[in-house]
Amino acid sequence: MNTEAVETQSCDCPECAAVVTLNRRPLNGEVVRCGDCGVELEVTNTSPIRVALAPEVREDWGE
Amino acid sequence: MKIAVLVSRIRVEEKLLIEELERQGVEHEVIDVRTQVFDIHDSTSWQRFDAVLERCISQTQALTAVRVFESFGIPCINTSSVIDACGDKLTTSLILARNQIPTPKVRVALEPETALQAIEANGYPAILKPTVGSWGRLLAKINDRDAAEAVVEHKATLGSVSHSVFYVQEHVDKPGRDLRVFISGTEPIAAITRASEHWITNTARGGHAAGLAIDSNLREICNRTARALGGGLLAIDLLECPRRGLLVSEVNHTMEFRNSIATTGVNIPARMVEYVLSVARGRIPTTAQIEIKPTAFDAASTQGAA
Repeated sequence: MNTEAVETQSCDCPECAAVVTLNRRPLNGEVVRCGDCGVELEVTNTSPIRVALAPEVREDWGE
Repeated sequence: MKIAVLVSRIRVEEKLLIEELERQGVEHEVIDVRTQVFDIHDSTSWQRFDAVLERCISQTQALTAVRVFESFGIPCINTSSVIDACGDKLTTSLILARNQIPTPKVRVALEPETALQAIEANGYPAILKPTVGSWGRLLAKINDRDAAEAVVEHKATLGSVSHSVFYVQEHVDKPGRDLRVFISGTEPIAAITRASEHWITNTARGGHAAGLAIDSNLREICNRTARALGGGLLAIDLLECPRRGLLVSEVNHTMEFRNSIATTGVNIPARMVEYVLSVARGRIPTTAQIEIKPTAFDAASTQGAA
């Protein structure tokens, strides 16, 4: 998997307001975890980086 | 050649597939279906794609989008009929049974009272599964009548409408593992075992993957299963029954494979992209390109109106 380092990007966690730092380029729709509160965040924009609380797993999700 | 990759949440698998498309120099576009509006009367803007690789995490969203693209004449991997067949466990079981492919015994009931009859007829322990769902969610191993009554009542009272379909599967006393075989088209390309001390062996629930050689028996049952379901990019889950041998349990249409590349030594995303390209190269004419000729009935109607 591509783990090419890019300029560090950060944004605020919408749950606990901690700074979430990403040290690689994310994709829209990717899920990251807040290091402070542990909530799952979905990347909604990559430039500038924006995240939202990731939706809960739904009944029809999966493989 | 341009491929649309339909996504919602991006998992490790989607990243690996996107990287593989880039590595092979395949022009592609990642489309988040949640951001789209599909005008079903106008496919013009979508005709830039030669094929659609569907990788949505939501089965409902996947099926909806694929139906639209298929209506536009754009080949989809997997097809809506395959998603239909794999996405509902009862439909999968019906297809397996109809094609005499070995599978655990299944009974289905629509009311709590008959659900208890189905469980008792299958015998204890029995497995209760939602017909739609994945990752081992909401599976119940029912060991006795008391547990059966409790689970059935909970499902009937607390569950959504879909939980009022009681899918009762035979419990197979497997040897602490199940098998997963990855399919491209109708051919097995890689296989793993998934081992766990828990009766649920999904890797999403902590099962450990290890590579497995595909012998002729496994190849034959998987090939038959893939053909019965319509073929495509599939993952077939099998149980090793001590009495009846290999039994096909489930088939997945948006397979996850992150734990199966290193363990099998097979570059699964590369094989998947190869399959997608082979489908795209054999593209069928779109409905927009088919000349619609008036039928005899249309001609008669027109004359009558005049």
